[in-house]
Amino acid sequence: MPNKVLVHALINKNPVEFSCEPRQSLLEVLRDELGLTGTKLACNSGNCGACTVLLDSLPVNACLVLAVEIEGKAVTTIEGISPAGGLHILQQKFLEHTALQCGICTPGFIVSSVALLDRYPDPSEEQIRHWLAGNLCRCTGYVNIVRAVQDAATRLRENY
Amino acid sequence: MQSNSSQSSFRVIGSSPVRPGDADKVSGQALYGIDVTLPDMLFGAVLRSPHAHARILSIDTRQAEALPGVKAVITAADLPDLTEKIASVGKWGRYLQYQNDNILACDKVLYYGHALAAVAATNEHIASEAVELIQVTYEVLQPVLDVEQAMQEGAPILHADLRSGANKSGNQAQTNLASHVQLTRGDVEKGFALASVIVEREFHSATVHQGYLEPQNATALFSASGQLTIWCSTQGSFSVRGQVAEILQIQPVHIRVIPMEVGGAFGGKNRVYLEPLAALLSRKSGHKPVKMVMSHSEVLSATGPTSASAIRVKMGADSAGRITAATARLVYAAGAFPDSPVGTAAGVLFAPYRIENFLVDGYDVVVNKPWTASYRAPGVSNAVFTCEVLIDELSEKLGFDPLEFRMLNGVHEGDQRPDGQEYQRIGFLETLEAARKHPHYTTPLSAPHQGRGVASGFWSNGGGRSSASASLNSDGSVNLVTGSVDLTGTRLTLAMQLAETLGIPIEDIKASVTDTDSTGFADGSWGSRTTFATGQAVYKLGQNLLHLLGERLAEIWQVPTEQVGYADGVFSAGEQKLTFKELAAILSENVPVVASAAVNPTDVGPSFATHIVDVEVDPETGQTRLLRYTAVQDVGKAIHPAYVEGQIQGAVTQGIGWALNEEYIYAEGGRLLNPSFLDYRIPTCPDVPFIEPVIVEVPSPSHPYGVRGVGEMSIVPPPGAIANAIYAAVGVRMEVLPMSPGRILEALWAKGLPKSP
Repeated sequence: MPNKVLVHALINKNPVEFSCEPRQSLLEVLRDELGLTGTKLACNSGNCGACTVLLDSLPVNACLVLAVEIEGKAVTTIEGISPAGGLHILQQKFLEHTALQCGICTPGFIVSSVALLDRYPDPSEEQIRHWLAGNLCRCTGYVNIVRAVQDAATRLRENY
Repeated sequence: MQSNSSQSSFRVIGSSPVRPGDADKVSGQALYGIDVTLPDMLFGAVLRSPHAHARILSIDTRQAEALPGVKAVITAADLPDLTEKIASVGKWGRYLQYQNDNILACDKVLYYGHALAAVAATNEHIASEAVELIQVTYEVLQPVLDVEQAMQEGAPILHADLRSGANKSGNQAQTNLASHVQLTRGDVEKGFALASVIVEREFHSATVHQGYLEPQNATALFSASGQLTIWCSTQGSFSVRGQVAEILQIQPVHIRVIPMEVGGAFGGKNRVYLEPLAALLSRKSGHKPVKMVMSHSEVLSATGPTSASAIRVKMGADSAGRITAATARLVYAAGAFPDSPVGTAAGVLFAPYRIENFLVDGYDVVVNKPWTASYRAPGVSNAVFTCEVLIDELSEKLGFDPLEFRMLNGVHEGDQRPDGQEYQRIGFLETLEAARKHPHYTTPLSAPHQGRGVASGFWSNGGGRSSASASLNSDGSVNLVTGSVDLTGTRLTLAMQLAETLGIPIEDIKASVTDTDSTGFADGSWGSRTTFATGQAVYKLGQNLLHLLGERLAEIWQVPTEQVGYADGVFSAGEQKLTFKELAAILSENVPVVASAAVNPTDVGPSFATHIVDVEVDPETGQTRLLRYTAVQDVGKAIHPAYVEGQIQGAVTQGIGWALNEEYIYAEGGRLLNPSFLDYRIPTCPDVPFIEPVIVEVPSPSHPYGVRGVGEMSIVPPPGAIANAIYAAVGVRMEVLPMSPGRILEALWAKGLPKSP
């Protein structure tokens, strides 16, 4: 039985301490140890983006990060995207634009889009599509997702 | 984006409210099968065959059982013996055996990835390690992967006892041909003799998968008292219950299936794979809950993709542009066990066109690939691809505009479908008209190697058994309950139909999908049937509820029931009036108000669609870029237009993947080489343009609100439309799916275009 490692990190701005085996991915620990099931398990091999989280504000596939790697770092999951008691503008726009159907890819898309708009507040359609190339969706054809991100970008720029 | 909208005005139907539960999905709170967690839960893993075809000589599980943390190991020996049951049900018994053999291989493994054994352990890592410790000795056999080869004499035989349905002459030879279906009308020889142009081509399509993101998963708890509870990702909770009952030989009433939110299905989550395994492991491990989640490579290699096919089609038309005859020979790969969708394909292939003389032969052939399952209009996209390419060729050779040619030959109400049924009110011509009038059709293309293609298609949609029940609360709100699994929004479309029927606000209805213990029977959410068939149940339920309310009010008012009227949310009899809410408050003090309804509609309104696509082909790389896509579809009546548009866009995108990139790539020995999203390439965000859905509404007479199924139709035209656009762009007629860059280059080089320097 591999020895467990004690890890300290910030998850959604909360200081967290957990122990895990070195072979466990961040995705596994978030979901199975910490009960944060909003980050979804799909391909589990870095090809679909359903498990996108922010690691020190960089979007990563949690299935490709070992849990021990987040020692001393800050992770934001979908649970940490919404402000207390409300919805992030991106979440709001996903609802308004019917940008989800089954919804399994949605948390990943929202986290990825947050990272996009943090860096590029006025992205072109092409920029949006290429940024989101690592997030697969099988239900929507991406049409309403892109529109939701475009609309959210406009709203966020207006608020500044 | 509507045209031809229906005349009647609805209060709720035709609007696009946000579904309350969607807030859970954007915040990560919605619970899918993968999210289930129970106290003291074990994790399961499956041993799968590395061979495409082999006899199992022995399985030794002792080392696996000895690994610390392992609580149970199962093989086919743990499945109940079905010999007697099969003997008692006759021919259909063979299907029961196939079902069991697919769950856990018994004598032979029949495809790479075929399950042989399963393990439950205290965590998923130990379970995976234990699987590696199971020792199997195989006698490796020669596999056969191609349908034409499988039908040849001397081909490796998958099932020693399989006899072809075509062998009515008594020929009892071993075969891989499971069945042969034939549809015929008129005299094709005479028909071809009348043609001034005849075109004939042989097409091939590869195996493709539904490509849902959430892998198959199941959590089972088999209690010591013999009650089995299953949480799973499925389109049909009652279907799962029925299958598990058969496989494990326990009564369905002792099985409770709880359908979780589903992360994509598209037809691939009807058949069970993990549920019986998790149940057996739960029982064998001392009645602990066991959770099993497939890896993505397991999903691709060992669930149910759709059939690869070889299709030869011949069509003839006269100089007036009328199709005079058509023949088709469809050979479909069923995978390891019989029952590909070739029969369905044979029935819909020529359905949009008036053809007096046709002959369609469909062959269902087993090969050493996973057992095929349904995929959005099963078997149809690759079949219609062939027909639409030939239609394009005929119209070009005869000098007709492609939409005009289809209009000339398009079916009308009263015409006969290929299966002999008569078309009721249908909207094919309306979709052609809407496409022709759409600005897309006449926008000029500006650059070299750009081309425009069109294609049409037909899909029958499904009926099936549905039920729904409701209870009225004291404040006038209604709890609506159904067993119809909500894949992408039917909770809301059903609530909307009930709101419309009852004349109450949509906000006053809460629709829930509950487990098999808590609601009446429903067939799975397949065949684009939920808004249609369960909608009929909901409509009937609404009528029943209003009737019940009328009766109760008649008692209160001391008038005959027939005198109580209801309109615009108000009950009245003479001068007396009460609103729906007021009545609810009064009645809640007395006998609870509950109602239910059940249906099994067989009269189903079919769909038609016509799509337009512009492409640009790079003659150096063979890559096809999609410039513009317009998808016109007759939906009967769009209950929730935004959802309908989403269905069209999603279906088109799957059709695009099928057309351009997706295929299973096998090594010679039958190992699947690309079981991952990296190499099984589905469309990504930069791959597709804004797809414009155009809703045409020709109400179906077989639904009270005119609904036709919408989900499947638009996966059908894309391969044909894209092929026709590629022809317009670079002059090659593609005969293969997918039309990936390498294949387009080969076609260009064969035509004499120079290879890159």
